[in-house]
Amino acid sequence: MSGASTATGGQSELISLDAGELARRIHAREVSSVEVTRAHLERIEAVDGPDGVHAFLHVDAEGALAAAEAVDRAVAEGGPVSPLAGVPVAVKDNMTTTDMPTTCASAILDGWRPPYDATVVARLRAAGLIPLGKTNLDEFAMGSSTENSAFGTTRNPWDLSRIPGGSGGGSSAAVAAGEAPLALGSDTGGSIRQPGAVTGTVGVKPTYGTVSRYGLVAFSSSLDQIGPCARSVLDAALLHEVIGGHDPRDQTSVDGPLPPVVEAALAGARGDLAGVRVGIVSEFSGEGYQPGVLAAFTDAVRVLGELGADVVEVSCPSFSYALPAYYLIAPSEASSNLARFDAMRYGLRVGDDGSQSTDEVMSQTREKGFGAEVKRRIMIGTHALSAGSYDALYGKALKARTLIVRDFTAAFETCDVLVSPTTPTTAFPIGERTDDPLAMYLADLCTIPSNLAGNAALSVPCGLAADDQLPVGMQIMAPALADDRAYRVAAAYETARASASDAGPRIPELRALETSR
Amino acid sequence: MSDITRDDVAHLARLARLAVTDAELDTFSRQIDAIVDTVSAVGDIPDDIPPTAQVVPQTNVLRPDTTEPSLPREAALAGAPAAEEGRFRVPRILGEEL
Repeated sequence: MSGASTATGGQSELISLDAGELARRIHAREVSSVEVTRAHLERIEAVDGPDGVHAFLHVDAEGALAAAEAVDRAVAEGGPVSPLAGVPVAVKDNMTTTDMPTTCASAILDGWRPPYDATVVARLRAAGLIPLGKTNLDEFAMGSSTENSAFGTTRNPWDLSRIPGGSGGGSSAAVAAGEAPLALGSDTGGSIRQPGAVTGTVGVKPTYGTVSRYGLVAFSSSLDQIGPCARSVLDAALLHEVIGGHDPRDQTSVDGPLPPVVEAALAGARGDLAGVRVGIVSEFSGEGYQPGVLAAFTDAVRVLGELGADVVEVSCPSFSYALPAYYLIAPSEASSNLARFDAMRYGLRVGDDGSQSTDEVMSQTREKGFGAEVKRRIMIGTHALSAGSYDALYGKALKARTLIVRDFTAAFETCDVLVSPTTPTTAFPIGERTDDPLAMYLADLCTIPSNLAGNAALSVPCGLAADDQLPVGMQIMAPALADDRAYRVAAAYETARASASDAGPRIPELRALETSR
Repeated sequence: MSDITRDDVAHLARLARLAVTDAELDTFSRQIDAIVDTVSAVGDIPDDIPPTAQVVPQTNVLRPDTTEPSLPREAALAGAPAAEEGRFRVPRILGEEL
């Protein structure tokens, strides 16, 4: 499962290894965590400039090296260390960190230092992972391309003129470019899975409520879910088990055991899917889907069949309501959640010259501090929740959610997992959809239903599209609290693909990146 | 058609405390009109379907009623745009027409 088949352009081999393999070598004292961390910091230095990938908004080299030294000491003393201790990780910049700024890629939080760590960040630290820095995103996680960042767009490592997906384009691009072996993302409508698909990496949205959101800056609270980004299914599972599990500080946290995702990834890698019932969602194909994406997806489904899975087609007719329902529910919740940015307790304050009222200062600060997409969504949400529109818009969106949940329930009566392309197209050119919000929203067409229903879903790379040589992802959806099923199928597929003759590189040609710095 | 006008957007912006510019009113009214038009597709759904607001199977999560440490005052004020005498300092709030 380890390693990439591509040249590393003189860079350390360490940046192309899987997290699990890095941990094994660190714990066996074949390499130190400091060396591994330094290799990744050098990689960031080489490729992450403003004209390069630009995956990071903040890098904490000093803090990372100090944390790595602490792990090396613990390993030298022979004490017990957790499975990923010493491995670097990148954190999406909408999760709070006491030792680094947390901006949500918004001018309204530029430079803000939170007073506490998010639970997931505390868990990374407790498990000895090494936070390298904070990654770029669409402002407040609203977008599908990372172009809505107030601090410049992230570029796709496979083609720097294209978007890396969003909102978590920074985390997925960092992993794809070998800047970090692991990263955390957050997925409200596809923000982990869609960037995973277009950067050729693995991205997992766990079951709603199974990873704590304490310290995740809230966008749409009934949908938001933190999850892992990695270059292999097993790595994602290892990180998933570090961050997952009950947290009394998150009232929506599920108080029960986490699905056994590492065990499932290991079992899946043995390549046997006999008896597993896989349903292809028939609504997710046809018009609007790129031929190269559909061909790669169809081939991936063929592989699942060869591994013993029983593949059938299923219809989920109400999924056609998913996009409209999402773009009512998410903005509605956002309009309420983002009311906290009021220029009073933290963040930007504009116009406080002694002559203006609180109300005026608040309005001017929010005007100056929020970008266009955030303003659009706040106003759409305000509209959907207003007395004259509530029943026809927000109320109906909640009813649509019921129909989507029912479609999933019916489909999972006959199928163990459902599959689809993760996104209708490969990475599109930067700037192509920025003036057309509705075109941008279509990037999340296939990923949104799992957020509305709260179930588990992941994206696993299934090669490059024949028509443009860019990565394609297969989405695997499982019922709530059955995340392990998706991991098992994904790991089986990944293993089969890795041994295929046309497997291709898992990391893009890295030398090209260095010259584009 | 949803018929979101420039005046509607100005009203929404006021409710949401966004001091939008004239140019923004033009762009936003066109874009929001198109978006609301698209999302209005949910209007086809029959009224007798029950709503789903959230998907967590639990309700009313309670904890023991005991005191626990909270954020120290200095930490809470550290990120404030303005603080005074251990409190958040805010612009005037009285005398407004609200």
